[in-house]
Amino acid sequence: MSEVIVVTSGKGGVGKTTTTANVGTGLAAMGKKVILIDTDIGLRNLDVVMGLENRIVYNLVDVVEGNCRIKQAIIRDKRYPTLFLLPSAQTRDKSAVNPSQMVKMIGHLKDQFDYIILDCPAGIEQGFQNAIAAADRAFVVTTPEVSAIRDADRIIGLLEANEIHKIDLVINRIRYDMIKRGDMMSSEDVVDILSLPLIGMVPDDENVVIATNQGEPLVGNNTLAGKAYQNICHRVLGREVPFLDLEKGISFWTKVSGIFHRS
Amino acid sequence: MIVFKNILKRKSSREIAKDRLKILLISDRVNCSPEMMEMIKDDIAKVISKYMKIDTKSMEIQITKTGSKGRSLKNPTLYANIPILDINTIK
Repeated sequence: MSEVIVVTSGKGGVGKTTTTANVGTGLAAMGKKVILIDTDIGLRNLDVVMGLENRIVYNLVDVVEGNCRIKQAIIRDKRYPTLFLLPSAQTRDKSAVNPSQMVKMIGHLKDQFDYIILDCPAGIEQGFQNAIAAADRAFVVTTPEVSAIRDADRIIGLLEANEIHKIDLVINRIRYDMIKRGDMMSSEDVVDILSLPLIGMVPDDENVVIATNQGEPLVGNNTLAGKAYQNICHRVLGREVPFLDLEKGISFWTKVSGIFHRS
Repeated sequence: MIVFKNILKRKSSREIAKDRLKILLISDRVNCSPEMMEMIKDDIAKVISKYMKIDTKSMEIQITKTGSKGRSLKNPTLYANIPILDINTIK
């Protein structure tokens, strides 16, 4: 059984692509067969984050338009044999693909992969509609900032209106020092506002920038962000792992799972 | 919590963000502007004030779509939290 996950946020620059790359890589490292699909037509990014930008021959639009077979467009990752990427087109725009074409294409991929992860473009226009059309579940990525949270809330409403009800929250760029002095909303605050189950808390970590510079996802390595992404992967596979909690001794997971199991 | 805020006298930016978002998202979710929510609140206050003395400054109203679980779109409900100052004024 394959699962189609869309990684979305509404607001740009909150870490959708980084999350897609790291969760996908982490799941592949755990032995799952994973394909990452960049659905941001016109603004291709996932390939550079993955370090696969030099291998692109065909892209998503070529597949949809029938210029190539789907196998020709899929790129195998250089690190993990079960990780694949379907890049987006750089020279076309969002209207080149429609939601029913996405559903059809993903339908063909479903029996070949355990996880199909879609990197959604920012915004709520056609690119968003394309990305969510075939999704079974969604990760909403947000940062602890008012603008990102507001957009996340809007996105959650749109996902629900499109009958996607399995939605989990990834809170990115958390700065514990700022939370401690009362200048940043905590994960608890964000969960309270958005009323969604939390699947990941990723600290603001300069290693993310370093990893992106090198085109190497950092999931699973000994950085805080790497561990946080690794934990998300475990949770995708249904394992209960505690959230990284640097300030308090008790596990935040215990509290959050308490909230959601009660209702 | 309110007592705590008063002691500090100044809200942290974290609390300001949280309070602003809570008000903003209510109006976003129901497609109803904050001004309209204020008008509804004022009208409710006027009606209730006819019958009892209430604390109009700390009363709160909100529309939630929270159903039985999570944030389902069913059953939007208007909640009004109106502190009564003097129950004996009820006519």
